[in-house]
Amino acid sequence: MRTSVKIALLIVAAAALIALPIVADAMGEKAFISLATRALIYGIAAASLNLALGYGGMISFGHAAFYGIGGYVVGILSFHYAAGEPLFGVIPGTNQLLVTLPMAMLIAGLFAALIGALSLRTTGVQFIMITLAFAQMVFFLFVSLEKYGGDDGLIIRRTNAFFDFNLRDRETMYYLCLALAALVLVALWRITRSRFGFALVGIRQSERRMAAIGLSTYRYKLVGFILSGMGAGLAGALTANLLRFASPDMLHWTKSGELMIMVILGGVGTLFGPFVGAAVFVILESVLASWTANWQFPLGLILLVVVLFTHGGVQGFVERIVGRRT
Amino acid sequence: MSEPILSVRDLVKNFGGLKATDHVDLDVYPGEIHALIGPNGAGKTTLISQLCGELSHDAGEIRIDGRSIDDLSVAERVHLGLARSFQITCLLPDYTVLENVALAVQVRSGSSFRFWKGARGDRALVAPARSILEQVGLADRADRIVANLSHGERKQLELAVALATEPRLLLLDEPMAGLGSVESGEMIETLSGLKSRVGILLVEHDMDAVFALADRISVLVYGRVIASGAPEEIRASDAVREAYLGAGEEFDEGDLAC
Amino acid sequence: MTLFVEQLLNGLQLGVMLFLMAAGLTLIFGIMGVINLAHGSIYMVGAYVGCYVFLQTGSFLTGFAAAIAGAAVTGILIEFVVIRRLYQRDHLDQVLATFALILLFNQGVTMVFGLQPLFVAMPSFLSGSVELFGGLIYPVYRLAIIAVGLLVALGLYLLINHTRIGMLVRAGSTNREMVRALGVRVGLLYTLVFGLGALLAGLAGFMAGPILAVQVGMGEQILITTFVVVVIGGVGSIRGAFVASLLVGVVDTLLRSYLPGLLRQVMVGPEADALGAGISSMGIYLIMAIVLLIRPKGLFPAHG
Repeated sequence: MRTSVKIALLIVAAAALIALPIVADAMGEKAFISLATRALIYGIAAASLNLALGYGGMISFGHAAFYGIGGYVVGILSFHYAAGEPLFGVIPGTNQLLVTLPMAMLIAGLFAALIGALSLRTTGVQFIMITLAFAQMVFFLFVSLEKYGGDDGLIIRRTNAFFDFNLRDRETMYYLCLALAALVLVALWRITRSRFGFALVGIRQSERRMAAIGLSTYRYKLVGFILSGMGAGLAGALTANLLRFASPDMLHWTKSGELMIMVILGGVGTLFGPFVGAAVFVILESVLASWTANWQFPLGLILLVVVLFTHGGVQGFVERIVGRRT
Repeated sequence: MSEPILSVRDLVKNFGGLKATDHVDLDVYPGEIHALIGPNGAGKTTLISQLCGELSHDAGEIRIDGRSIDDLSVAERVHLGLARSFQITCLLPDYTVLENVALAVQVRSGSSFRFWKGARGDRALVAPARSILEQVGLADRADRIVANLSHGERKQLELAVALATEPRLLLLDEPMAGLGSVESGEMIETLSGLKSRVGILLVEHDMDAVFALADRISVLVYGRVIASGAPEEIRASDAVREAYLGAGEEFDEGDLAC
Repeated sequence: MTLFVEQLLNGLQLGVMLFLMAAGLTLIFGIMGVINLAHGSIYMVGAYVGCYVFLQTGSFLTGFAAAIAGAAVTGILIEFVVIRRLYQRDHLDQVLATFALILLFNQGVTMVFGLQPLFVAMPSFLSGSVELFGGLIYPVYRLAIIAVGLLVALGLYLLINHTRIGMLVRAGSTNREMVRALGVRVGLLYTLVFGLGALLAGLAGFMAGPILAVQVGMGEQILITTFVVVVIGGVGSIRGAFVASLLVGVVDTLLRSYLPGLLRQVMVGPEADALGAGISSMGIYLIMAIVLLIRPKGLFPAHG
């Protein structure tokens, strides 16, 4: 679609998102704000996955690992802060958001580096299975740590401190997530259009061709994978703050599946698609769950239909109606 | 006589019991076009795959500028100046013609780890890319998506992308395959224009092109080089005639007229 | 010593079950190029159908037949309705479509059977234990599982290496396009292979019934372990699946039985147990990592 139309849509969307809490409050639907916050956080996770998957062609079925690690970093740092004893005897716990968020991204990125370094030695079906397997390994690792809740997960008594803001307040948390989502969007926009992105998308189209022009594809895929893991870690850290809870569910392989569903619902390899997909997923889950306890059944049906019969998810659908592919 | 850019000694590749490459010796000097011909199934593409690094050879040596490249990956060989065009085109289908070449320019410049500034509009990439497109005659197709190109245009693009890597040695795998006579003529012109700058190993079936372009010809049959020398020698060679006729290929005097 | 042999046999039993799953999965990957996450669901269907029938009729053999039939039918149905459309699609679509199937099956089974696990007792003619050499007392049922598994392995070996269908399977594993180009009735071959894989999965599920819990989600746990086996063994290779499944089964079992005990030497009881359980769970993935480092394509890659 034409650039002017795109910009107009963007401005409208931004305005709507900024006004959302006020409108929801006025309509007496405060719960909607939490829903929107979850959608924004999932959007960050899905958009990060999309960098590796949609742009880089790496079908990672293990991104829940990075998402969950982000959450657990917040939880563990909080635990040690509250207990007053440092982690491994050296690293002090902290409750500062400005420390926990970067730490979450860093540790998630580290795991992504390790898992990616091994997994990217393979391709295709093997790669998918290996990322799933390693993520499962991370799941077992954290579940076995009784100190941090084991099977039951880790309760975080207080949200992180961020200057004088109270992150328990629905609106404040929403605006924080909105701001971070915008930052992530801008970062992804620049990265995908940069020389790195230019090469990465080339790799997705044909590794053989990229090698033939002199690019050692492994390191580019690894960097893409690491960046993608860091973004997922950020989302996990925000989730831990939102729920005040780091749960093993965040690491479960079904979470990886959910992130992939969001990516495909919104449109693989597009900038806004993952955010749209996350919103659709969160709303769908909410609506379906209110009808039946077995909401995963209609979700499965919808997913099956979308995969088998549409191409390009929601964004592709919209673009076909509004104009040609850009 | 200067040193060869490409020097292949005693190259061997076996697939089970099949000798795909049977003790092949080959040289390409800077500024020459060395054509490699042979009946179908002779092992020409297998040889190219070994030279560019996609396939590992079982024995023998491959040298670029006297330096052994036996252990180097495909990408590393490209950095030493080796470029290859594919017989069945292997391009980036979602990118435009210009983008395919610009990306090769970018990789050549080694600047792919940049994360902020936009790549597609960058003059440092686009300008050299456009000039290469001019050379091969694709300038007016610059903004076409590769998926929408004709066969001949894709072959031209293959050459353009190979040129963008600033090669010293070009391995061209049937650049004429599937081209009509006008397009073939253009390709022949482009290739002869390149001669002074690079060494070319040209694998081809199109005999008109081969005899128009080649400084030397080697004939590959069942993985062995049965003859190698100036075009006139090859034309006159009984062994070559037999190989082609024996394989059922027509190779009479009429075909040899340039 | 007898404890060690007992654990070794347990590991063999687990390995043989994994082989039943991995053989089908690796064939489906290798020949059809499709990644099928719903394989675990077929295992679950086999368990539920077979055990339910066993409970209703009291006959283990009837249950056995029902499990195999149910799994095969489910497999063929899935192939016809969903998998068939995925052969030409990219892996992402295959992953998501078969993930959708998992959701459908898990919820479907919950809707029919509820959330309570199904408990089946061992059939009387297979219950009890026998004395093996060295005074080791070992359950008959587990020995039966090992026997069945080894028989299946032998059967598959004969099928793959000594029949025409097996030849097609081997050819398809190494070069899918060529088999198609040769005009083989690929559609039929695919359906047969898929059905065979489903049958084996259902068999594994049914046999697991008396010793594991028959519950929703049982498929996914074994599925991921099966993936590890397939990766270690090499995609498309039955021989690889056999070696890797026994390796994984034995290592996993030995780790789980000995590691917590070892950890108790240096740690407090419950923490040692939890950590021991956790690290044991990670063991097979670490093996997978090591194999990937030295042989990225697995121990016995089928493709050249």
